[in-house]
Amino acid sequence: MNYRIITRIIGRILCVEAAFMLPALVLSLCLHERGAALSLLVTIAACAVIGVLLALVKPKREGFYARDGFVTVGLAWIVVSLFGAMPFFLSREIPNFMDAVFETVSGFTTTGASILTDVEALSSGLLYWRSFTHWLGGMGVLVFVLAIGPITSGEGGNAMYLLRAESPGPQVSKLVPRMRRTAMILYAIYIVMTVLEAVLLLCGGMPLFDAVTTAFGTAGTGGFSIRATSLADYSSYCQTVTAIFMVLFGVNFSIYYLLLIGQFRRVFKSEELRAYLAIIVAAVLIIALDILHSYQSFGRALHEAFFQVASIITTTGFATADFNAWPELSRMLLVLLMIIGACAGSTGGGIKVSRFLLLIKSGKRSLAQTLRPNSVKLIHMDGEIVEDPTVSGVRSYLVLYCLIAGISLIVVSLDNFSFDTNVSAVMACLNNIGPGLDAVGPTANYASFSLLSKLVLTVNMLLGRLELYPIIILFSPSAWKK
Amino acid sequence: MKIVIVGGGKVGRTLSEQLAREKHDIVLIDNSREVVSELSAELDIMVMYGNGASMHTLQAAEVGSSDLMIAVTPMDELNFMCCVIARKLGCPNTIARIRDPEYHEQLYFLREELGLSMTVNPEWTTATEINRLLQVPGFLKRDSFAKGRVEIVEIVVQPDSPLCGMRLPDMHRHLKVRVLVCAVERGNSVSIPDGSFTMQAGDKIYVTAPTGDLGELLRGLGIRSRKAKDVLLIGGSRIAQALSSMLIRSGARVKIIESSPERAAKLAELLPEATIINADGTNQTLLNTENISQMDAVITLTNIDEENLIISMYANWLGVPQVITKINRLEYTDVFRDKGVDCVISPKQLCAQSIVRYVRSMQNLSGSSVITMHHLVNNQVEALEFLVTDSTLNVGKTLSEIRLKPNILIASITRMGRVIIPGGSDTIEKGDTLIIVTASDRVILDLNDIFELDG
Repeated sequence: MNYRIITRIIGRILCVEAAFMLPALVLSLCLHERGAALSLLVTIAACAVIGVLLALVKPKREGFYARDGFVTVGLAWIVVSLFGAMPFFLSREIPNFMDAVFETVSGFTTTGASILTDVEALSSGLLYWRSFTHWLGGMGVLVFVLAIGPITSGEGGNAMYLLRAESPGPQVSKLVPRMRRTAMILYAIYIVMTVLEAVLLLCGGMPLFDAVTTAFGTAGTGGFSIRATSLADYSSYCQTVTAIFMVLFGVNFSIYYLLLIGQFRRVFKSEELRAYLAIIVAAVLIIALDILHSYQSFGRALHEAFFQVASIITTTGFATADFNAWPELSRMLLVLLMIIGACAGSTGGGIKVSRFLLLIKSGKRSLAQTLRPNSVKLIHMDGEIVEDPTVSGVRSYLVLYCLIAGISLIVVSLDNFSFDTNVSAVMACLNNIGPGLDAVGPTANYASFSLLSKLVLTVNMLLGRLELYPIIILFSPSAWKK
Repeated sequence: MKIVIVGGGKVGRTLSEQLAREKHDIVLIDNSREVVSELSAELDIMVMYGNGASMHTLQAAEVGSSDLMIAVTPMDELNFMCCVIARKLGCPNTIARIRDPEYHEQLYFLREELGLSMTVNPEWTTATEINRLLQVPGFLKRDSFAKGRVEIVEIVVQPDSPLCGMRLPDMHRHLKVRVLVCAVERGNSVSIPDGSFTMQAGDKIYVTAPTGDLGELLRGLGIRSRKAKDVLLIGGSRIAQALSSMLIRSGARVKIIESSPERAAKLAELLPEATIINADGTNQTLLNTENISQMDAVITLTNIDEENLIISMYANWLGVPQVITKINRLEYTDVFRDKGVDCVISPKQLCAQSIVRYVRSMQNLSGSSVITMHHLVNNQVEALEFLVTDSTLNVGKTLSEIRLKPNILIASITRMGRVIIPGGSDTIEKGDTLIIVTASDRVILDLNDIFELDG
C-alpha cells in the first residue's frame, strides 16, 4: 500500500476543506458571531497546517492501485468529517463530539439526518458550513481535488482508481478520455445547476441565505434545512422548484453531458433514466390518490406527493409535510423508494435504479435458465451487453448491503425504539436520506439515540455514500496485509 | 491531440501509455473484452470494445474529429482497412503497422494510393537497428540526430578501460575528440552528470559525438573496432530474415539456427548465401558445434524472451565480442544488465518510438518542434532534437549564462552542418539544431521548456 501517496492526497483534501470553510468564517465575522468565527478560524488553521504538512510528503514509489484508491477514499472521508465536526464542537453549539461528528458526516454523506433539536439556534456561519458539506460531499471531495488539483506525472493513473472508488454506481465510465477533464466537466455541470436553482429560488422571494443553503442541500441531495420545519413554510413555487431540481440532481450526470454535446438519441436510450422517471410518476400518482382525503384538492395532494416522492427517491430528505402521518400505503411506498434510490452517477443515494434494473434482468434470466437449463441469455442495458462480473458484482453488493443493514438494525434496537423507528432509521442513514418514520420522522430528529446507535448510524451513512467497499476495506485485515 | 489507436496488444499498449503521458486524448479500440477492462483500469485513456474496421465503432470513437489514427492490430490487412475507413471518415493522418515482407515491396504504392501517412514495420526497424549496431561494434546502442551527423552512443566502462577513475572534464585531454557525457547509469540509478563526475568500472555512459568521430572515439577508448564478419542468429524469425539480407549485402557471413524444419527450409530458399541449421538453439552442444565462441556477433531472436536471455548469457560468458538480445517484455531488462546482457532490442519499443516521434513532429508548437526523439537507458532518459527559431528564448547567450532547469543538458549544437560539442563559452544561435538530454519524467514539448524562468 502506497502510504505516502495516500497521505499526500489526504493532505491536499484537508487544504481544500480549509479553503471551503473560509466563506463560513467570513459570514460569521460579518454577523459578529464570535464563538462560531473563532472555532471556524481554529479549524481552518488546523486543516491548513496539517494539510500542508501531509501534502508535502514525497512518494517513494509511484505504484497506486485499486486497493490504494479505496483506502484513500475511506480514510479521506473519515478525516474530512472529523475535522469538519470541529467548528460545531469547539464553539459548543453542538457540545457532544459524537453528535458533532454525526451531524458533519450526515452533511458530507448528504444524508441530512440531524441530531439538532433546535436548528434555528445555530449561528449562521455554522449553518452555512453545515449546508455546504452537502454540496461538497454530493459530487465528491476527491473528484473536486482531481478536477482542480495540481497533477504530477503519476496521478493520471491514480485518478482512475480514486474516481472509481468514490463515484456511485455499478459501472463507472468516463465522459472523455482524460480523467481530470471528466472530473472538471462534472463539477462544471454541478456548479451551473446549483447556481440556477439558487437564482430561481431567489426569484420566488426566498431570502438569499435560505436560497443558497437550500440549493446546496438540493445539489448534494442532502436535505439539511436552516428551518426547523424543513421546507414546509416556503411558498409552493419554491417547493416546486426545489422538487424539480431534486429530480434533476438524481439523474446520471453523464446524461447532462450527452445533452450538452447533442447526443439526444443516447439520452432516450437510457433505460435507467426511463425507469427512474416511470417510478417517480407511478409513485406520485399512487400516493396522491392515497392521501387525497387529507388535502383540500387533488392539486394540493399532487403537489405534496410530488415533493415527497422527489425528496425520498433522490434521497434528499427535505420535507413539506409530515409524511409520517400519511396512510400506511404511502409510508411503505416511500420506504421502498428510499431503498431504490436515485440513478447511478448522480449525487443521490440508495442502491441505485441501475442496480435494481440489473437485478430484475438477472432474475428474469435465472428464471428462463431454470425453465430451459441449456439456454444462453445475455443481459442488455441501454443496448450494450452487461458482462457477468458486473452482474454478480451487483448481487454481491446487495448481499453485503443486507448484512450491514441487519447488523445495524440489531445494534440500534438496543435503544428500545419502535420497529418502524429502527428500520427507517437504518434505512434512512444507509441510503443517505435523512428523515425516516416514527421517532425519526420529518418533524423529529436523531437526538434521543444512544451513543452507540449514533456511532453505528454514522458508519452506515459513510457506508452508504461510499457504496460499502471503501469503508469495509478499512476494517478488513487482508487489505492492510502486504 | 485526439488519437485513436486500434489494437490493444503490446505495441498498442506501449503507445497508449506513452502518448497519454504526453497529455493526448487517446481512444483505444480492441475486440477483446478482457483487454478492454484491463486497460481501462490501468491507463488514463478511453477504451472501447469493438472492431476497428467497422464504421460504427470508428464513428463511436469519433474518428472523424480526431487528428491521428494508428492501426496496430496483428493483421496487416485489418490495419489497412482501419486506416482507409478512418481517412474516409475524415481523419487526416493515419499510421498502419505492416509486417508481412510481401507488402513491404508495394509500400510506396500503398502509402500513396491509400493515403497512409506512415507505415511501421517493427521487424524491419529492428533488423535495421541491429545492423547499425553491428556496423560499429563497441557501442551498446546508437541513436542518431541532426540528419545522421551526431550520435549518442552507449558505452560500458570496462575495468581495464582508460576511463576508469577519470573525471569528465579530463576526458577531452585523453581522447583526441571532443565529446560530452550526457547521461550515466550506475547500478539502478540514472543521472545527468556535471563536471565533478568521476567514471567507474561498470558505469554505462551515454556519449554525444559527431558521427565522423565515432571511430576515433573507439580507438581512444582502446576498443577494437572491427565490423562483424561472422554473425550467428538464433531463431529464424522475420527479423532474422530481414537482418540476414542486410548483413549478406554488406559482406558478412551469416549462420541461422532455426528449430522448425519448415521454416528452416523456407529460409534456405529465401537466403541461399546464408548457412541454415535446423536444430534447437538452446542446446549447448549444438552451439559449440557451430563454433559460437568464434563468432564476431551472436544475435538471439527467438520468440521466447527467456531462451534469448539464456543463450545470450552463454555467449557473453564465452567472450563473444558482440551479443545482442531481442526481448519483448522489457520489465526485467534491468535485472539482466548486471549479468552482462546489456545490449537489448525491443521491437515493440522501437515501433512505438518511431510512432511517438511522428506524433511529436505533428505538433508544431510555436515553431520549436521536436525533430527527433530517442529514449535512452530503458526509457528513463530522453534525448530530443530541437530547432532554434525566432520564438526561442536566450538566443545569442553563452551556455554559461543560460540557466537550465535541473537535470537537463544541452548535448550538442549543430550549426550550418558543423557539429559543436558545447562548452560554457558556446552560444545558441537562430537556425541551430540542439540536442537536449533530460530525465524522462519531464515531458518537454517546446524548446523553451528547458530554460529556468527568471524572476
